[in-house]
Order: sequence, then structure tokens, then C-alpha cells
Amino acid sequence: MMLVWMISVFFIAGIACWLASFINTAFCKWIALVAAVINFVLSCSMFYDFRNASGGTGNWLIDYNINWIPYFGIQFHIALDGLSLVMLLLTSFLGVLAVLCSWTEIKERTGFYYFNLLWTLAGITGVFVAMDLFLFYFFWEVMIVPMYFLIAIWGDSNRRYASYKFFIFTQAGGLLMLLSILAMYFINGSDTGTYTFDYFILKNTTLSISTGRWIMLGYLAAFVIKLPAIPFHSWLPDAHSEAPTAGSLILAGLLLKTGAYGIIRFVITMFPENAAEISQWAMLVGVIGIIYGAMLAFAQTDLKRLIAYTSVSHMGFILLGVFTFREMAMQGVVMQMLTHGISTGALFAMAGMIKERLHTRDINNMGGLWTGMPRMGGYALVFAMASLGLPMMGNFIAEFLILIDAYEVSPALTIIASVGLVFAALYSLRMMQAVFLGPIDPSSHVKDVNAREYLILISLSVAIVLLGLYPQPVLDSVKEVVQSLIHKNTPA
Amino acid sequence: MTHEQLLAMLPFMLLASASIIIILMIAARLSHFAIQVAGFLLLCLTVLAMLYVRDILPQQIMPLFIVDGFAALFTGVIIFSVGVVGFFSYIYFEEREENPKEYYILMFLATLGAAVLTISRHFVSFFIGLEILSVSLYALIAYLRNRNNAIEAGVKYLILAALTSAFLLLGMALFYMDTGQLEFNAIGEKLSGNSAGILYKMGIALMVVAIGFKLALVPFHLWAADVYQGAPSPVTSFIATASKAGVFAVLMRFSLATNMQASPFLMYVFSGIAIASMVIGNILALRQQNIKRLLAYSSIAHFGYLIVAFLPGSTEGIQASIFYLFAYSITILAAFGIVTMLSTRMKDAEDLNIYRGLFWRQPLMAAVLAVALFSLAGIPLTAGFFAKFVVLMSGVHSALWLPVIVLAATSVIGLYYYLRIISTLFAQSPAVEAQHKPLHPFFYFASYATLFALMVLICALGIFPGPAMEGIREFLMIR
Repeated sequence: MMLVWMISVFFIAGIACWLASFINTAFCKWIALVAAVINFVLSCSMFYDFRNASGGTGNWLIDYNINWIPYFGIQFHIALDGLSLVMLLLTSFLGVLAVLCSWTEIKERTGFYYFNLLWTLAGITGVFVAMDLFLFYFFWEVMIVPMYFLIAIWGDSNRRYASYKFFIFTQAGGLLMLLSILAMYFINGSDTGTYTFDYFILKNTTLSISTGRWIMLGYLAAFVIKLPAIPFHSWLPDAHSEAPTAGSLILAGLLLKTGAYGIIRFVITMFPENAAEISQWAMLVGVIGIIYGAMLAFAQTDLKRLIAYTSVSHMGFILLGVFTFREMAMQGVVMQMLTHGISTGALFAMAGMIKERLHTRDINNMGGLWTGMPRMGGYALVFAMASLGLPMMGNFIAEFLILIDAYEVSPALTIIASVGLVFAALYSLRMMQAVFLGPIDPSSHVKDVNAREYLILISLSVAIVLLGLYPQPVLDSVKEVVQSLIHKNTPA
Repeated sequence: MTHEQLLAMLPFMLLASASIIIILMIAARLSHFAIQVAGFLLLCLTVLAMLYVRDILPQQIMPLFIVDGFAALFTGVIIFSVGVVGFFSYIYFEEREENPKEYYILMFLATLGAAVLTISRHFVSFFIGLEILSVSLYALIAYLRNRNNAIEAGVKYLILAALTSAFLLLGMALFYMDTGQLEFNAIGEKLSGNSAGILYKMGIALMVVAIGFKLALVPFHLWAADVYQGAPSPVTSFIATASKAGVFAVLMRFSLATNMQASPFLMYVFSGIAIASMVIGNILALRQQNIKRLLAYSSIAHFGYLIVAFLPGSTEGIQASIFYLFAYSITILAAFGIVTMLSTRMKDAEDLNIYRGLFWRQPLMAAVLAVALFSLAGIPLTAGFFAKFVVLMSGVHSALWLPVIVLAATSVIGLYYYLRIISTLFAQSPAVEAQHKPLHPFFYFASYATLFALMVLICALGIFPGPAMEGIREFLMIR
């Protein structure tokens, strides 16, 4: 029931924001903030409750199921395991920050803005807990539409193009996934006689290798577009750079993670044999993504595009790690999902703050900002270091875990992937250099971070360092999920 | 004719008498308002009559008609559409035309034609229904005869419809030559066992021309954009919904009676038509700047999707297609309702620029249009999503992979132009022009309320489609 509350808090608060804007636009942000904080507290308390809940009853901590459209065998079935739990934690954490980021940035149509923001969050929350494939698809779409509005209405100059591209790419993947879902529904239905979209039942459908291959590709299409993997990444830089700050934060921090989550939850769980079949290729694509994303990031002059391409690079690690089917790598993947969400989210938040001050995203027009805002410079350094994988930061743990296990599966690919870390150092340092160091533009006069921005940056840096120093709680909570995955994927 | 048979025909007789009542009312020089109200009441009466006779269905009225659950559903869609169109017509015609009243006679006749199509089980009633529908449409399309495009559209429709009627007649003659029958079931019985001959196939081909024309399927779609644009907006929404529903009903009934789906050759033809319609309709709509034309091309694509549900010929497919048709009708009525409401005296609100920033000027209207467009695009939380979902479901179940994948792919193309309109709705608004007071407050309010109700209905069907599907299934049991 707790999960239902979390989702409905976002939905209801979204509508409340919109309605409140007809009275006074100042209410909206407070409503949004309260809703986000409530959910953050809820997910923290769940994390606390379940910290040592590893029982013999399987790894499902919460399971809630009611009929929705019995005619088609569709249920409102949501459940929570360790993986969902950490993702919920990330969602609600970044949700609070997203609201804070938009506090002064959004001056027009505030009510509708927060409506979209909260509905996106509601959709993402739903995606992470839905255990009915139809419901999953439903939430999958629910998070796209408001995101489209966020980009299309409050985005930058090229927002129309970016928003179309975002929507059309993700929708194309989504429809292929829908076809796969339907195919499984009917295959299972004709085998067992019960037509249902329930994940736990469909999971056990026996598929021939060739059928399974096609069905899996449908799912994979949706997830690698969302992830994004090369060559489906081209929507990402546009969407990220044109979206408003909170939009980029949610896109990078959460939306990309739904792709990774989908691969773990559906692709390799439901189609272990088929996934093993393509694992070499998937890892190769991941490695290409790491190198290619890093190279493109190095070449960018637009700050937000630069950060966007680093996401492509980091998401390559996820693809690499998932398809090793090894325990440590899998835990590394989950860590990578969290830490990338935090570090990249922080970089986008900072890019937004800089843009609010300088009204540009072009790093050629920046330089020497450290003089004007030493505090922000310091935080930027922290997150640049996190993004290049410096020990003590969470990202290091994640990438390290992935690389260790990947080496055993494929040394060649791993060595190339490690080169990616060098590239990461290159682009991160170049970014720092171009933005904060170098000659000062004497005409520029910038204010350092204010209290609200302080709060955002402090909480993010605490989170990233905490994950770097003491990742054990996260590793513990996903341990069972990961083990059951590995168990399923290694032939006895 | 027994008492029950007579009773079963009651709704259709009511529809027929409605146009006569309207003629008498015009003769008595009653006001436009009175006629509008009377028309609405007559429609309500028809619906009540349908509910009243529901228990005695099905009834065969040999040899021409059969009134069963299937017919009741399609007639329901038609009457519903006409009712909504009627609401939007008052302001529209009161403002533009010195003789708005005769419009209602034609509208009721067209409705009767479409309704007759849904109950026909014989080529004669099929043809009569089709002609009643077409002839009233010629006049309806060109009703605002002072406008530039109206006459062009009317004449275009007249010539093409007359031509395709001739094709249909020849097709019927070939059927008769082949089987010696004009009843759908009798033709089906004659055909069962022996493989379809060349005469039969030619007959089907000719019939497909006529039906494809009415449904605006590729390659018989050339009239659609011009007629949609030239016709008055309420008439356009009638063409898009009621007229197509009637024709689709008769196609469905004929195919079931003659077991058309069993013939692979015909299924290739229909798959080809469906794929061509989906692809070409969506591509033609991509760059369209005129919203009426855009909706015309999108309707071509949508009927392509509908044909995908027609292909399996299973009960599931029929249910899917009826649900699709219903969802599509509500959606397109809402969309054209907005076009109608925004139209000015001189010109319909066709140009996309009129819609720029509408959301910030008239949030409710823009919200209705946005929901309607999302529904057309098939985004969840709307009826259009479930409609597409059930169509995909019936297609996947019958393993029609090619049409299904084309459906998915073309929906993505379609998304582009729907998003184009939606982002226009939410774009920066030009300077707000002075709001003038609505001229007919009662109908202005009524139209607004109708639009809102349609929007709620779209969302409700999108979230809880279960009851609607159950209802459709129950009605289909009446056969």
C-alpha cells in the first residue's frame, strides 16, 4: 500500500499544483516540494525498515495486487524488491532536488510545469515497481508524455526538435516492446489457458530459442533506446541540452536508469538463454559506447551536451556489466545506476546554475569562473572527479566492480573499456579547465551559490561520497536480487 | 411481418420519420432553436427505442434486414456521433447561413442511410442505404455554397461517389451471375465448398473499390483531404464518423457471411490496402499545415489500422474494431468540435496558426484538443491507446506480423504530426485578442459542456476500458 501512496502522492500533488496555479503561482512550488519530500521520507523509511529483511520468502518486500481490467487479465500489480527499493530511493532523492532546481528558473506557467515534473516522477516511480507488464508499459508512457512537455515548453531555443526526437525515439522503442509483451501474453495464454500480463507468471513462459530471440529483441529495443546504447543515442544530447535544468536532471538521473532497470528486470530475467546468446555483442556495444561517448564528450563546446555525452559513456559500463552475468559486475551496475544518477545529475544542476548566471551553455564563453564563485568551483571539482572515477567517490566503486568481473569474461573488451576511464579524465578535466579556470572575462560579474543551491550541491556531494566510502547497504539490499539473477543465468 | 419484427425496426422508422417531422416543422416556420431541440429529442427517442427493443433482438426481417446486437452497436456509434455533431451545428450554421434549417433534414437522411447499412443483409438494402447516405452527403458537403471550396468538394464527392456506386452495382451483378443470389448469407452458402471463381473475385474487387472509397482507404483516398477541407466542419465530422461506421459495418457483415477471411487471396488484398493506408495516410499528413486536411490524412491512416482488426475475422477482431471505431469517433468528434467552435463567420479554423498558444488563451479547449490528439496518437490514459491496443492484440493473436509491425512503425510516424499540433497549442501565444461575448450563450455553453464530456469520456475509456469491452461483448452475443 505504501507504494500506491508514493505514486498517488505524485499524481495528486501534480494536479494540485496545476489547480493551485490559478490562485497563486507561489503555491505550486511549495506543494511540489512537500510532495517530493514526503516521498523521499517514505522511501527512506522503507529502506530503513527493510535494511535486514532478507527472509526465506523470496526477495519481495512488498507485493500489492488488485484487478484493474480483468477483461484482459490486467492487474494493478506492484511489488518491491531490493533493486526497486534503491531505485525508488534515487527517484525520490532526485525528485526533491529537481523541484529545488526549478525554484527560480521557472517563471512562466509554473503550475503546469510542476504538474509535468511530478507526473514524470510518478511515471518513473511506477516503472520501478510495476510487476504487470501492461502496467509497466503504461507507466513507461506516462513518464514520457510529461517529459515531452517539459522539454517542449520550458526548453531552450531548439526545444521543438529535441522534444520531437525524444518522444519519437522512445515511442518507437515502446511500441516494439508492446508487441513483445502481447506476443508473450498470447503464447503464455495458449499454453496455460490463463491470459494474464502478470510478470511472475509470464516470467515462466517457455519459449523456443528463436521465438524468444524475437520477443527479447522487442524488449531490448525499448531499453537500449532509453539507456541509450550506440547507435540509438542520438536523441539524448538534444533532449538533455534543450531541457530545463530539472528536466536534464531527471532525464540523466532517472529516465536513463529505467532502461538499465528494464534490461535487468525483464531482458535477462525472462530470456536468460537468449540474453546469453547476444551477450558478446551487447558487451561490445557497451564498450563502443564507453569510448565513443567519451570522445564525443571531449569534442563538445556546449556544456550540457558535453555532460550528455558523458552519460552515453557511463551507460556503456552498464551494458558491459549486465551482460557479464556475474555477481560483482551486477552489483557494480546497480551502483553505477545510482552514482551516475547523482554525479551527472549534479553536473546538470550546476550547468543550470551557470546558465542562469551567464545565459549561455557555450564553454568558450566561460572561463575563470572560480574567481567569481569559488564554492561552486569546489563542488564542480568534486563531481568532475566523481565522473572520472576517482576512488572515494561512488562511481569508482561501480566501475571497478564492473571491470573486475568483465575481465574474467572478456579481457580484451575490458582493457578497451578501461581506456575509457582515461578519456573520462580527459573530458572531465577539460570541462573544469574551460569553465572554472583560465583567463577571467573582466566584464562578467557572477554571484556564488546561494543557500538553496548550496543545499542541492551539499546533499549531492554527501550522497556521492557516502556511496564511495560505504556502499555496503546498497550492495546488501540488491544482493538477493542479483544472486537470483546470476543463479538463473548460469547453467547448472 | 410480425409484431416483433416491426418493433425491431422501430428505431430505424423513427429515424426515417425524423426527417419528415423536421420538414413539417420548417413548413410551420418554427425557429432554428425549436428544430435543433426537436432533432435532439428525436435522437434520444431513437436511443430509447433501441434500448426498449433490445430484449427481442435478434430479429430477421426477410430478406433485407437483420437487427442484431452487431447492428445495434454500430447504430449506437452512429447515433451518438450525430447527436454530438448536432450540438455543434447550431452556432455554426446560425452564424453562417440564412437557411440553416434544411441542414437537419439532410443530416437525418444521412443518418438513416448509415443506420440502414448496419442492418442490411442483402445487396439491395446495402445499395439503398449507401445511396441515401451519399445523396444527402452531396448536398451537405456543399451546404455553405458561398464558400470557395464547398462546391468543389461537393462536386468531387458527387462524381467519385457516383462512379464508385456504379462499380458496386457491377460488382453485385457479378455476384448474382456467379451465385444467383443477392443475400449475403445465401452467397456465403453457395460459395462454401467450391473455391471462389473469377467472377466472384472480380465482384469482390469492384465492391472493394466502392467500400474503399467510402472509407477513404488508399488507393481510393484522393477525395478525402479536399472534402474534409471543403465541407462545413460539422459535416466533416459526420463523414469521419457516422458515414464510415455504417460502411464498415456492412463490410464486416458481408465478410462474416461469406467467410471472406478464409480466402488468402482476399486477405492479401486487404492487408495490402491496410498497409498502404497506414503508410501513405501518415506520410501525407506529415507536412500538412491545414488541420482539417491533416485530420483527413490521419483518418486514412486510422482506417488502415481498423482494417488490421478486420483481417482476422474473429470475434476478438470484431470487438476490437467496434471499440476502435467508438474510440476513434469520440476522439475525432472532440477534435472537430474544437475546429467548429473556433471557426469564424467567414472561415473555418483550419490554419494551424490559429491554434498557436491556444492553451494559454483558452485552456479548456486546448486541453480537449490535446487529449484528442494524444488519443489519435495512441498515448496511454486515452481511449485511442486502448483502441490501438486491442487492435494490436487481435493482430498479434492471429500472427499477422507484417500489418502489426507496420501499424507500430507508422504510429511512430504519425506521432510526429500530432506532436506538431500539440506543441503549437503550447507555444508562445501571440497577443491576446479581445474576447467577444458568445452569441448564443445556451448553445455555447452546451457545446463547451459536450466537449468537456467527450474529453472525460476519452480519458475514462483510456483508464477503465473493461466495462465498454464487456458491453460490446454482451451485445455481440445477440446474434
